[in-house]
Amino acid sequence: MAKPGKSRREFILEIVRGAGATIVGGVIWGGILLDNAAGSLVLRPPGALESDSFLAHCLKCGLCVNACPYSTLRLADVGNGLANGTPHFEPRGIACEMCEDIPCTVACPSGALDLGLVSKLVDGHSRLDINSARMGIAKIDTDNCIAYWGLSCDVCYRVCPLMDVAIELEYVRNERTGVHAELRPVVNGDACTGCGKCEHACVTEEASIIVLPLEIAAGKVGSSYIKGWDVEDERRMKELDKPVTSSEAAEKTLDYLNTDDLFDE
Amino acid sequence: MSKSLSSYRYLLLRRLTQTVILVLFVLASSKVVNVLNGDFSFALFLDKLPLADPYAVLQMFFAGAKITIDVLIGAGIVFFFYALLAGRVFCSWVCPVNMVTDLAGFLRRKWKIGESGGSRNWPRSIRYWAFALGLILSLVFGMTAFEMISPIGIFHRGIIYGMELGWFVIVGLFLFDLLVLKNGFCGHICPLGGFYSATTRFSLLRVRHIKDACTLCMLCKDVCPEKQVLHLVGKKDGIVESGECTNCGRCVEVCDDDSLKFGIRSSKKFK
Ligand code: SF4
Ligand code: SF4
Ligand code: SF4
Ligand code: SF4
Repeated sequence: MAKPGKSRREFILEIVRGAGATIVGGVIWGGILLDNAAGSLVLRPPGALESDSFLAHCLKCGLCVNACPYSTLRLADVGNGLANGTPHFEPRGIACEMCEDIPCTVACPSGALDLGLVSKLVDGHSRLDINSARMGIAKIDTDNCIAYWGLSCDVCYRVCPLMDVAIELEYVRNERTGVHAELRPVVNGDACTGCGKCEHACVTEEASIIVLPLEIAAGKVGSSYIKGWDVEDERRMKELDKPVTSSEAAEKTLDYLNTDDLFDE
Repeated sequence: MSKSLSSYRYLLLRRLTQTVILVLFVLASSKVVNVLNGDFSFALFLDKLPLADPYAVLQMFFAGAKITIDVLIGAGIVFFFYALLAGRVFCSWVCPVNMVTDLAGFLRRKWKIGESGGSRNWPRSIRYWAFALGLILSLVFGMTAFEMISPIGIFHRGIIYGMELGWFVIVGLFLFDLLVLKNGFCGHICPLGGFYSATTRFSLLRVRHIKDACTLCMLCKDVCPEKQVLHLVGKKDGIVESGECTNCGRCVEVCDDDSLKFGIRSSKKFK
């Protein structure tokens, strides 16, 4: 602030200096922020918004962490590659126990954990439903999962809170021995909540089934492919039909093909 | 009370409130008693009353978040408590980082660091630029910019949940205040301090000065973390007007001549 007696020139200089320092500070500060946001390999509590909005909402208050009866959640420390102070969990340490009353999401004051994302409609009423949580998707490393070697292990299948829904066992003939069957765990990405109980329980030295955040694990088809055998998806086709055939571009192309010019050449 | 103890009466009280708040946070997070649950950006008092840091909520808003009712009410309660009643007491009676920077300030005085030559004079207005920058960066990057780097949150998480690297930030801040700039962080840089400085100048609780009792010993300016606000000392009667005063009470307790007092702002002039 300009003190009385300061000349106009000094005052302007001070403003310029302040603005300069602010820009330098902003660049450094912004760099730190980008670095914090970059750590995308992180599992959030149930009901977490997708990562961009999550960072806009979460106040880092820790109420979710304090509400969790199993000490699953932690707030990220500085410099561990996750957004500083935000809640996350590591299933190999402590997995999410899928509480039916979802105390973590209920406790969140900021909306960073959104009850709407872990509720479903039952008779017209919205009810908590931990099974709608999508914290991540379990992926199996079939090279190291010993069930895929033909050994007998179904630990992940048995600990899964959605046994036979989120993980199924697939019977396959063991080509090596020719006489045995392999019982291979297969994850159903539509049902897996990402709770991480499978990763936690996996018997190999490093887990051979690990939960990855949706943003990393899930692919995206886009709108170019439509399931012809799926009535719902077919409807999408019908909607797409109109603009494509009636578009000016298509008409122009037709007109062009129908003009005599083409034949003249 | 002995004279020496009485000249620390507010300091001791402040350390008490700061410690009690931290202890309450620890007790709630370890599920012993739930009086104050959360942290300095959002907390629930007795599991009911929301309290939120208004600057953090402003950042949420700029980052594009939908503000929930709880958060809005919490921010309102805190904002009006400081702005209308108590002044910038967050910085001296609540914030845990103040204990670190006060310690640095104390050691600096004791070891006479930075008194000889090379007087560094950073403008105290940096905090207002930082305050604005925090909002701009929240807007640009879509996240609560100051909350992401705030030493207040880092300190709190360090105490409650334990941490490793976070302590380097706190130690760095301590060394900065000790060796580089007197009252460096809280008195010059902290955007939250800037926010409260800018919004609490009309609060009821103010320090007032009685010129006739003043012997010009300048003990008050020695201990004050925002000594520019005491420019009226020895010159005129009145209240400390600036919102930069943290109402820490250091000046009041060290003044042997009863020339500085806590008082209530009134429509009439202080007697
Ligand atoms: S659902 Fe239960 S176990 Fe899982 S993170 Fe929330 S509180 Fe913890
Ligand atoms: S309760 Fe919500 S705002 Fe608080 S740390 Fe957890 S996710 Fe963030
Ligand atoms: S993470 Fe594993 S245990 Fe949890 S639902 Fe998915 S497959 Fe089942
Ligand atoms: S004027 Fe007094 S109460 Fe205000 S900050 Fe300075 S020492 Fe503290």
